[in-house]
Amino acid sequence: MIHLTIDDKPIEVHEGRTILEACREHGIHIPTLCYHPALEPYGACRLCMVEVSQNGRKPRLVASCVYPCEEGAVVKTDTTTVQQSRRMTAELLLAGSSNSPEIVALANELGVKEVRYQLPDEDACVLCGLCVRACNEIVGVSAISVIQRGIAKKVATPFQVTSSRCIGCGICVLICPTGAFNFENVAGFQYVSPSESAYKLGYYRLGSELDLRPNFVQDVTTLLQTSTDKEATNE
Amino acid sequence: MNRLQSIMEFQNWQTTMAAASDPNRPFITVCGGTGCRVYGSEKVWEAFRTELVRQGANATLDYDVKVTGCHGFCERGPLVVIRPQGIFYSHVKAGDVPEIVSETILGNKIVERLLYVDPLSGAKIEHEQDVPFYKHQKRLILDQNGNLDPAQIDEYIVCGGYASLTKVLTSWAPEQVISAVKASGLRGRGGAGFSTGVKWELCCENVKKAGMGYIICNSDEGDPGAYMDRSVMEGNPHSVIEGMIIGAYAMGIHQGFVYIRAEYPLAVKNLRIAIRQAEAAGLLGKDILGSGFDFSLNVRLGAGAFVCGEETALMASIEGRIGEPHPRPPYPAEAGLWGKPTNINNVKTWAAVPIIINKGADWYAQIGTEKSKGTLIFSVVGKINNTGLVEVPMGVSLRQLIFDIGGGIPKGKAFKAAQIGGPSGGCLPAEHLDVPMDYESLSSLGAIVGSGGLVVADEDTCMVDFARYFMNFTQEESCGKCVPCRIGTKAMLATLERICAGDGKPSDIDYLLELAQMVKNSSLCGLGQTAPNPVLTTIRYFREEYEAHIFDKTCPAKVCKGLITYSIISENCNGCMVCLRECTSNAITGAKREVHSINSELCSKCGVCKEVCKFDAVAVN
Repeated sequence: MIHLTIDDKPIEVHEGRTILEACREHGIHIPTLCYHPALEPYGACRLCMVEVSQNGRKPRLVASCVYPCEEGAVVKTDTTTVQQSRRMTAELLLAGSSNSPEIVALANELGVKEVRYQLPDEDACVLCGLCVRACNEIVGVSAISVIQRGIAKKVATPFQVTSSRCIGCGICVLICPTGAFNFENVAGFQYVSPSESAYKLGYYRLGSELDLRPNFVQDVTTLLQTSTDKEATNE
Repeated sequence: MNRLQSIMEFQNWQTTMAAASDPNRPFITVCGGTGCRVYGSEKVWEAFRTELVRQGANATLDYDVKVTGCHGFCERGPLVVIRPQGIFYSHVKAGDVPEIVSETILGNKIVERLLYVDPLSGAKIEHEQDVPFYKHQKRLILDQNGNLDPAQIDEYIVCGGYASLTKVLTSWAPEQVISAVKASGLRGRGGAGFSTGVKWELCCENVKKAGMGYIICNSDEGDPGAYMDRSVMEGNPHSVIEGMIIGAYAMGIHQGFVYIRAEYPLAVKNLRIAIRQAEAAGLLGKDILGSGFDFSLNVRLGAGAFVCGEETALMASIEGRIGEPHPRPPYPAEAGLWGKPTNINNVKTWAAVPIIINKGADWYAQIGTEKSKGTLIFSVVGKINNTGLVEVPMGVSLRQLIFDIGGGIPKGKAFKAAQIGGPSGGCLPAEHLDVPMDYESLSSLGAIVGSGGLVVADEDTCMVDFARYFMNFTQEESCGKCVPCRIGTKAMLATLERICAGDGKPSDIDYLLELAQMVKNSSLCGLGQTAPNPVLTTIRYFREEYEAHIFDKTCPAKVCKGLITYSIISENCNGCMVCLRECTSNAITGAKREVHSINSELCSKCGVCKEVCKFDAVAVN
């Protein structure tokens, strides 16, 4: 067991736990966007920043979703620095994704009063990478990935053409936290060939080419839901 | 050649070659670094080869022409040095070669017009070692760059190469090597300055547990204006390879990678030649020199992303994944390449290892300051007379670097600032010219040693525009994975662009500071964490320039196009019509011998009129 202090409370956790997991186990709320309990942590949205100090060193900000609990660590989850960092992150997210109600709600929650910079193009996608990771880690097909870099970065199929790997399971749509994906644009955006746009009919191209269970989508939905519920109960 | 089976065989080979080479044998070195090649040095050495034969110098004197790595004094290329005397000719063209051969080689006379003229004293200098640019340097890593043909392993071995490796393989336990590197005080030359010995020790412990590991040479140099890694790799690749073999031996690792930019074709070529030669000689591969130690080295080419110089992104790239960093811990020493313990060091760190082994840790630790040992290579560029690569002991002052070695600022302009440590570094003003160049002193002022890039700005440089330039670089090179770096750098750049365009708002400085602090504290990797440094330091030291842009709507250095106007000074204008003809925007009107005028609506502020005017009749306000 590892012993650390979170918000002045002594806490004991199993080795290998991240700070975020420890906080959630102990009912401490930390906002997240790119984190999902069913997936490997990614550390990209930087909303879950907390202050950590160790061995008397100066406290520094770390992403709690990827930072392991270490013996003797002193964690603070709600300092002014933490709040400022989260608020600015939310403001930056809003700069490009104010068309997403989820991002607007998040920014409100974190106390964003004004948006001082606006990106030229609005895109509900915040590159949290959940879709890419779910497609890889849960479904195992890696039909989509992030392409390009910096501000031009986006989620796409290889070479941005119709993917022969996509099985149309729709997990990307289910897991997207900002509504950047919907079934129409998965089909329309060439994730699967247009002739396969049977999504609207509720038909999923499963089990035909890859040996997947016919109730795969059902299973995935349940899996995502259960892990989220489990977390909610913990909180 | 036959693969050498034992250390004895290597030593015999070395002795035979050393005996066969006459240290007094005259030879001509022509710089073959990328910079000099661009200036046309290839034509120069071809000319030497034909001219020596034509004038019969070969028959009488047995002269040799050697194409070496970068000599460092890139400003004056192509460089030719006639050794052993060390006669130094700069800006040599193929057309000068017949004269050099007839006068200097055969006639023992100096060709005056090719000598270097010291810009400060005006004196002509004959010998390389007396040129101020070289005189004040302490060259350890670059020492042999100007002497060796990098494509010949023999030359490296004759001048003592691979002796450190044989020393280690014969009589040193791996732990001894680590202790020596620790005792030398060597710190990572990639910029962060972590103790190399401690890093090796950590990795070594993990390698023992995991049963395997990797070492990597980070040669993904990508800072604007920095090219020391390239020059070491081009000019002396064997020194890096030797350092890596010694490191691998110390940590018990049998596989290494050199990650190098594909945009460095000459460095890649010379490195590959060197690896092949080392393999053929039995210095790489199975059972190195019969010692029982195996080590193989592979080259991986970077595809041009600056972020891949960050160690976790670099490893992802080697693995064939997207060049994105991942959070640490775990550190590479715990779980690096393919999840195995991995040690990554910069080119110059590896190249320092054979020197430490050869000359001793104590000797190395005498150089530099209390906490920063050894030498550091800076690439000194920008508004400076002597552009080039400079190797100095840690702790020399910025002033010595810029004025004694760098020869000061061109055209008698005043020094304004130096951006130290590339786009991740900070900008230091004249008041800090006496700062010792070491890890602690620089970081206390907001700059970093970083890669060793040093960009000099003179009085005509606008510091807001300067910060904008570096922010533009990091913003373009951000991988885009984390929000602070992806959107934060973009927001900072947009704000700086707005200020430069004359649309700055009173709240902009505070906004920039707030944003900079957050990007620095909350970004995932070193790229984002250091990207705000140029902005933070220019605001810290040149806040009044920001304020002039924002409140007075003026650019004090008269650089930002949104804030300047060009006009004709009527007293000086004699109506020569030169500016009128050269203006690309048809913004100048006037007739012969009549005072011209500039229409500011049409003026694109390119500055051509001011450049061509011989009568100082164009004003910028």
